[in-house]
Amino acid sequence: MDYFAQQAINAVQLGSIYALIALGYSMVYGVLVMINFAHGDVFMVSSFFCFLLLLVLPVPFGAALIIVMLATAILGVAIERLAYRPLRNAPRVSAIITALGCGLVIQNTTLSLSPYSQRMPELFVPVLQHFGGVTVSSLQVLIIGVSVGLMIALDFFIRKTRYGMAMRAIAQDRISVPLMGVPVNQIIAMTFAIGAALGGAAGVLYASAYPVISATMGVLVGWKAFVAAVIGGIGNVRGAVLGAYVLGAVEVFTVTILPSTYRDLVVYSLLLVILVFKPYGLLGRPSVQKV
Amino acid sequence: MMRWFKQPPPRGVLLALLAAGLAACFAIEQFGLVDDYVRFVLITLGINIILCVSLNLVNGWMGEFSVGHAGFMALGAYLSACVSVKWLGWGDPLWMFPLAVMAGGLLAGAVGLLLGLLSFKTRGDYLAIITLAFLMIVKSGIENIPYVGGPRGFLGIGNHTTLLWTAVWTVLTLWAIRNLVYSRFGRGIVAVREDEIAANAMGVDTRKAKLAAFVVSSFFGGVAGALFAHQLQFINPGVFDIVKSTEILVMVYLGGIGSLGGSILGAAAFTILAQVLQPLGTWRMVILPLILVLLMLFRPRGIMGMREFPWFVPRREFPAKEDKK
Amino acid sequence: MSALLEVRDVTMRFGGLVAVADLTLEVTQGHAHGIIGPNGAGKTTAFNVITGIYTPTAGDVLFRGEIISGRRPSAIARGGIARTFQNIRLFRDLTVLDNVRIAHDAHARYSWPGAMVQLPSARRAEQESIEHCTDLLEKFGLVDAAYERAGDLPYGSQRRLEIARAMALQPSLLLLDEPAAGMNSAETLKLVEFLGWLRDHFSVTMLLIEHHMQLVMTFCDRITVLDFGKTIAEGSPDEVRNDPKVIEAYLGQEDGHE
Repeated sequence: MDYFAQQAINAVQLGSIYALIALGYSMVYGVLVMINFAHGDVFMVSSFFCFLLLLVLPVPFGAALIIVMLATAILGVAIERLAYRPLRNAPRVSAIITALGCGLVIQNTTLSLSPYSQRMPELFVPVLQHFGGVTVSSLQVLIIGVSVGLMIALDFFIRKTRYGMAMRAIAQDRISVPLMGVPVNQIIAMTFAIGAALGGAAGVLYASAYPVISATMGVLVGWKAFVAAVIGGIGNVRGAVLGAYVLGAVEVFTVTILPSTYRDLVVYSLLLVILVFKPYGLLGRPSVQKV
Repeated sequence: MMRWFKQPPPRGVLLALLAAGLAACFAIEQFGLVDDYVRFVLITLGINIILCVSLNLVNGWMGEFSVGHAGFMALGAYLSACVSVKWLGWGDPLWMFPLAVMAGGLLAGAVGLLLGLLSFKTRGDYLAIITLAFLMIVKSGIENIPYVGGPRGFLGIGNHTTLLWTAVWTVLTLWAIRNLVYSRFGRGIVAVREDEIAANAMGVDTRKAKLAAFVVSSFFGGVAGALFAHQLQFINPGVFDIVKSTEILVMVYLGGIGSLGGSILGAAAFTILAQVLQPLGTWRMVILPLILVLLMLFRPRGIMGMREFPWFVPRREFPAKEDKK
Repeated sequence: MSALLEVRDVTMRFGGLVAVADLTLEVTQGHAHGIIGPNGAGKTTAFNVITGIYTPTAGDVLFRGEIISGRRPSAIARGGIARTFQNIRLFRDLTVLDNVRIAHDAHARYSWPGAMVQLPSARRAEQESIEHCTDLLEKFGLVDAAYERAGDLPYGSQRRLEIARAMALQPSLLLLDEPAAGMNSAETLKLVEFLGWLRDHFSVTMLLIEHHMQLVMTFCDRITVLDFGKTIAEGSPDEVRNDPKVIEAYLGQEDGHE
């Protein structure tokens, strides 16, 4: 029972980080109907931003978080402006390919500059608390707390502010919304900024929890978050969070029963199975085509 | 689906050139007319052409977005290696090798059938995601099979991929896919891309068309994988990942979607590029995707998008020259 | 004369919205049957049910006495029902000839392995398809554009091509969804002539959705009037023209059109 509780905490921690990244995928898909394949690598790069920052200027956790989130947001907006906006009216395939290409450029540039993994300087000294047989580290609490806090803030933003409403409107109908005076380009840029910032937060949190970072993290971790977003129903913000925690649980508990080489196999098979039975994800809804 | 460049050539000329080409390949091999490096590159070119044309069937002619082609390569590579090393290793390569390659292709084709069935209900982004999942499943699946070496790979594969075999398979692939494209199935596949609802309304069995596209595409992907395995003589799951799939995507979108000539062009350009960029190490995979991005921004259909060399087009497809009555 | 097409109490519901309610319709072989009604009355939905794009929530569609509702659209098309679309759905990037050939392919027999190895039966079928379709294009006055991109054709030619493509299916029943859309009076008159030629030359039964009263009243043998998914009148043009319910619903003037 204690073992189960311990693993459950790990699952929630992993799920929280996945959720922050998955939200980036879902928000962009919701607004542009585009899979931002580069997002996983943006997450990876943000952890390197954190690493470089701490090398140059050792700042406390909170400051690092904010600075990296900002830097990542700028990167996200830059990618949108340079690579995606010119293709906004191009066939969908072009946009996906471009995103894939951007992701690979980011990944391999990082890989070329840092062929080996890097060890993160310590950001946070965790305090361990024992509850019977279960050990909880304050780092875990921080990670879960920060993630959930950001998710709540995002939910509030989307549901209660003008900008959030604009995002939801654009997700429904991209053509007529600009005709009503909504600055679509700005809102889209904002969506990318927020999504990237959340990915940046995830990067800092992930690097704090698992202090060895490498350029392949984008594919290893970031793409899992993408799987989470799809499982939940891509384009759906709540789905992203649901999918992330489902995935976190699946990964953590799979490794308890099977050898770790089976982890990816189980995750992607789960994705396939879900897509076969629920083609639009757990919470997704198909768009109706008029004949 | 075609615009004409020039007049179609007489059939006899084509056959003669083909025979000459195959004879040349045989001679090169037999008499060692080129050095090992050039031979290696030529074989790679052939394999790349097969990969490019077969993926083009799904991504170009049918207009979908599959990122899973490396997975079909993997299936073909591994099964053919099992056949040629573990099961029929005693056999004469002359009959054993084509059998191994066919087996690889058939396995890939069978799995492609499954993917095709899945594509009935899903299109566009979601199908792309399914192909991605498929790729990851194949890769991590193979990693968990100790019989074929798991993550460390499969060693000791025989060097059976000769220039002649490569040429034979390349020609077969091009011919078979060309025949498919200029038939009612090819037209059906393209109709599905253009407007699936109208295609159904005009009697096109869109399910059969999708199956045909996926099965044929994956079969030849498997064939390419088999040839690949017997060229490198060593394969491991890490080779058949998203990077490999991306390389094939670059070939398709560079050379031109929905075009046989474009596929050859794209494969050739990529093969040369890959060799030229070799000394750059990992920077290679910065430049290649960058090329992909630039292509999408400036020339999304590729060099020969939807256009065709008249040499590939059956003569009956050309407008009949009639006297004005 | 027998009923070629029978629509029996068909209801089509999308969630809470009832697009078509208890639609009953009989199209007699050899007739031209018109469906009219205000926008949103359920006319195109009725077409979509007949051609198999939707399976009716209730009721049946019978073609030549056999139930076809629930079959796949491609099977229904191969069975002899062809259609055009309200917003032209040509294969825009393909040539004019290929557009027609795709429909003609529905009756070809050869298999895909046969195609891939170029069996003589496959090659013969291909040659025959080109000849037949070129012939067809000639009848429709489109043969000179045979190798042009369908999307590049002028609007009127595109509409004609869509009909030519439908006829390549060799249908017994042709469904036309607003064939006169965007046409002025002169063009509409020519269309009436064209449709008459179509009916006589190909011996095809027609079911038309139209807003142009001129066309419907002069060309159709029987008319069904829909409003809010329900049939409000049915009969010969004269009967319909004078039906008070129809006049109230939307006719207004005798020769007005939307």
